[in-house]
Amino acid sequence: MLRLEDAVIRNGEFTVRADWAVDGGARVAVIGPSGAGKTTLIEAIAGFRPLERGRILWDGRDITGDAPGKRPVAMLFQDGNLFPHLTVAENAGLGLRPDLRLNAEQKARVRAALTRVGLAGLEDRKPGALSGGQQSRAALARVLLQDRPLLLLDEPFAALGPALKVEMLDLVAALAEETGATLLMISHDPDDARRIADQAILVAVGTAHPPQPTAALLDNPPPALRDYLGET
Amino acid sequence: MKYLTFAAGLLSATTALAEVPTLTVYTYDSFTAEWGPGPQVEKAFEEVCGCYLKLVAAGDGAALLARLKLEGARTEADIVLGLDTNLVQAARDSGLFAPHAVTAEYDLPIEWSDANFVPYDWGYFAFVQSRDLAAPTSFRALADSDLKIVIQDPRSSTPGLGLLMWVKAAYGDEAPAIWEGLADNIVTVTKGWSEAYGLFLDGEADLVLSYTTSPAYHLIAEEDDSKTAAPFDEGHYMQVEVAGKLAATDQPELADQFLQFMVTDAFQSVLPTTNWMYPAVTPEAGLPAGFETLIQPAKALLFSPEEAAELRDPALTEWLTALSR
Amino acid sequence: MADRAQPVSGAAGVGAAAFVAALILGTLAAVALRAEPGKGLGPADWQALRFTLMQAALSAVFSVALAVPVARALARRRFPGRAALITLLGAPFILPVIVAVLGLLAVFGRAGWVSQALGAVGLEPLRIYGLHGVVLAHVFFNLPLATRLILQGWQEIPAERFRLAAQLGAGPGAIWRLLERPMLARVAPGALAVVFAICLSSFAVALTLGGGPRATTVELAIYQAFHFDFDLGRAALLSCIQIALTVIAASLALRARPGGGFGAGLDRPVQRWDANTTGLRLLDTGAIALAALFLLLPLAAIALSGLPGLPQLPLSVFRAAATSVLIALGSTAILLLLAVPMAATVALARHALWVELAGLLGLAVSPLVIGIGLFVVIYPLADPFALALPVTALVNAVMALPFALRILVPRAQAVIGDYGRLGASLNMGGGPFLRLVLLPRMRAQIGFAAGLGAALSMGDLGVIALFADTEVATLPLQIYRLMGAYRMEAAAGAALLLLVLSMLAFWIFDRGGRWHAEA
Repeated sequence: MLRLEDAVIRNGEFTVRADWAVDGGARVAVIGPSGAGKTTLIEAIAGFRPLERGRILWDGRDITGDAPGKRPVAMLFQDGNLFPHLTVAENAGLGLRPDLRLNAEQKARVRAALTRVGLAGLEDRKPGALSGGQQSRAALARVLLQDRPLLLLDEPFAALGPALKVEMLDLVAALAEETGATLLMISHDPDDARRIADQAILVAVGTAHPPQPTAALLDNPPPALRDYLGET
Repeated sequence: MKYLTFAAGLLSATTALAEVPTLTVYTYDSFTAEWGPGPQVEKAFEEVCGCYLKLVAAGDGAALLARLKLEGARTEADIVLGLDTNLVQAARDSGLFAPHAVTAEYDLPIEWSDANFVPYDWGYFAFVQSRDLAAPTSFRALADSDLKIVIQDPRSSTPGLGLLMWVKAAYGDEAPAIWEGLADNIVTVTKGWSEAYGLFLDGEADLVLSYTTSPAYHLIAEEDDSKTAAPFDEGHYMQVEVAGKLAATDQPELADQFLQFMVTDAFQSVLPTTNWMYPAVTPEAGLPAGFETLIQPAKALLFSPEEAAELRDPALTEWLTALSR
Repeated sequence: MADRAQPVSGAAGVGAAAFVAALILGTLAAVALRAEPGKGLGPADWQALRFTLMQAALSAVFSVALAVPVARALARRRFPGRAALITLLGAPFILPVIVAVLGLLAVFGRAGWVSQALGAVGLEPLRIYGLHGVVLAHVFFNLPLATRLILQGWQEIPAERFRLAAQLGAGPGAIWRLLERPMLARVAPGALAVVFAICLSSFAVALTLGGGPRATTVELAIYQAFHFDFDLGRAALLSCIQIALTVIAASLALRARPGGGFGAGLDRPVQRWDANTTGLRLLDTGAIALAALFLLLPLAAIALSGLPGLPQLPLSVFRAAATSVLIALGSTAILLLLAVPMAATVALARHALWVELAGLLGLAVSPLVIGIGLFVVIYPLADPFALALPVTALVNAVMALPFALRILVPRAQAVIGDYGRLGASLNMGGGPFLRLVLLPRMRAQIGFAAGLGAALSMGDLGVIALFADTEVATLPLQIYRLMGAYRMEAAAGAALLLLVLSMLAFWIFDRGGRWHAEA
């Protein structure tokens, strides 16, 4: 279970407050107007932004002071999720050992993960030689190998076409299902949120609200969300 | 690899030390060069001394003395070879040198007697030029002409300091006026002799401050007789190069032996065509063919070390003032 | 960004910076402590300081002002051989002073090519000697550096901006106001300060082309204090002034820091839509042609005068060349060991200013003073001659450090900016991040820095003069020795050999960095 206890995160002039918990294995969309602090919230959970106040706990353990790589977190950024000079297999292998000293068994696991995301046979390509969708799959293979209980997505598929994006989100959902990981994903598309996430966190006016059922939130949006969603 | 060579050298030096003593001589760069006197001198002395002669190069004469002062009494040098009369007083004042016991019939144009320092070669400063150019006959004539000269800075160069002394010795209190007259003839002032001579050979100036013996190099080594030196009526300032024994030497007998060897034929006959200077004691066989073509100044000018040390700073100020206008 | 959110630690860089600072300030202190009572600074020293400041300021202004049209032309034109030209234009920067001066004078001197051409049509020869000659020579040395710094600024303007400007129908004037002038306002101060700092320690160039003692610089005053007066206190004092001036200039430069130095992407002209008029084409062609002529003619003169000397090179020249190559390799290794961690630390913005300043000390300190200081420190402990090679390699590395940092820091910033968080989220430690990300991503810049370091080391006389034994002469020292023995032709041949070796060293490292480099 992920718990933010009375947390205050500062990003320059504005702050984001959060005081709630997300159940283990939940799939949660983070929605809200631009500039409200969705990325700030995710970055704080990932460890890239210190808390001004409060604590972050995972399964009761305080991880507020842990370095990003020491947290039970795997994260996909908006861009730059792959190292362009490393092969697909190496990029994925970083999820097992960040120093890439892999033994035969680990190499086999890398191959299996790449096969699982549909990249069998492309192990030795560099990211530059892959399509956008294949690049996303490579990053997901690494996430799979990282095997962390909490997966954070900062709109990594925003640049993909609608069909491809849906395909990737489905793959993420399937992977989360298989590994039992908790998923937090920033989303700008209510349909994506409905499709993947059973719960949603609304970030607006300096506050990240507690998670609630996605359908209920979107069907009956509070004013801040209504302005953002438009006519709905 | 270099390290191995060095280690091997150290090893052999250590074993050698047990058998034969080593005499360490600090000298200037060009003395030790393969085309300088060093290699021949080393061979000749080692034949008679039963020792190793270790020549250590340390820049030019001024750098040599500066380095010696940095090392102080702990220096490994037994002999310093390559100071000139402008440095002798400073060297004396350092208290690092011991008296010598060398006697020789010097063929110098002036009387030489110094308790600490033994001369080994000498030359006249002169302006070197192309033979087909009408030579100026004096500083005044040079100043009145349109001829372009390149000289060296007295603050960084031995010939540059020599020229300063030359004008001072020839003109005394009138030196500033001479410098002011020369100002429009001076193309430029260089850091060292090499730059100046290079500029002259490239045609940047009609004359360059060098030595009366410089044309001998072109004549003997290059079979080129197109260069000559301009004889000046007021006489030419001399450079006398000397060597001395360090007071702190651990090889006093060998050092004495070297200084005495220095004024013998075996050493002196090497100098004319390696150092391109006159030997302090003319070898029995005389000077090499070609030296007879060099100009013979009517008058030799030289300050004593004491005078030179005293005059140096005021003369430099005059020079700076005259040329900075 | 919080400290813990970065995969690499700044400790190694801080350590390297502390080592460099201790080396330079320690040797300076050693000289000062060894000093006997001297006469202090006299009016001549203050005069030298005034002249030094003036020539350095003028040299900086002219180098940068002339670099602007050249850089702009190179930024918006593509032509065959562009990359080769950019490499070759860098040559003056790595030439030994004496060689460069003779090359310059062969072209611009009283008997030089230009004067001969003028004479052929009945005109007076050029009058090169004087303050303008000093500035000309310094522009020759520093125009390539200034051009690269400014070209980098041009290439950092994102291509999208030019696209937007073209879409808006902005002409050259509007582009100048919208994009280029703001960029230059950001980049030019840094370039000015770097050239200014380099010219502060000029000595032989300033004296020879300045035409006399009016052109006395602080570096000459330091030389005089040591050689002429053996006044170590004055030498140390003058060196302190030099360092203070450089630090002031450098602080200004770092404050007005461009987003980048002169590292990446020099072969990649930005697609432009705005400069296709005939007038601008002619302007750019003219700027490139004039700069190429100005920089390449003296190199051609060096090559021409060196060719006849090549067959008569004595064996000792090749031995010296081998020594120089060895020192250059050692120096390059030390340079990278210092520069890469320091660049990473600066990129992390951890103690960045102090690390940068420590790196710049190499520009500020007089080679003579650092040589004397090292000698004073080493002499009681070991035989200075035995340490000639490592000491020379070390000092050459420290002197090349400021340039290496300018190359490496912007790229390190970009790499850590782009991939630092990914590395951190993958729990990469400092070692794996360095090995798997930082070094591979910085390969081209490391190659460039190594090439520059090797070439600078090849051409540098540095401290070797005070430490050199007869056997360990470097090639530049051997050139001086040949000249000192009237053997000008052989010296010219050796100078050509040095030029070729320096360019080769640069080329090999630079190419090596780009070999099979992806993305």
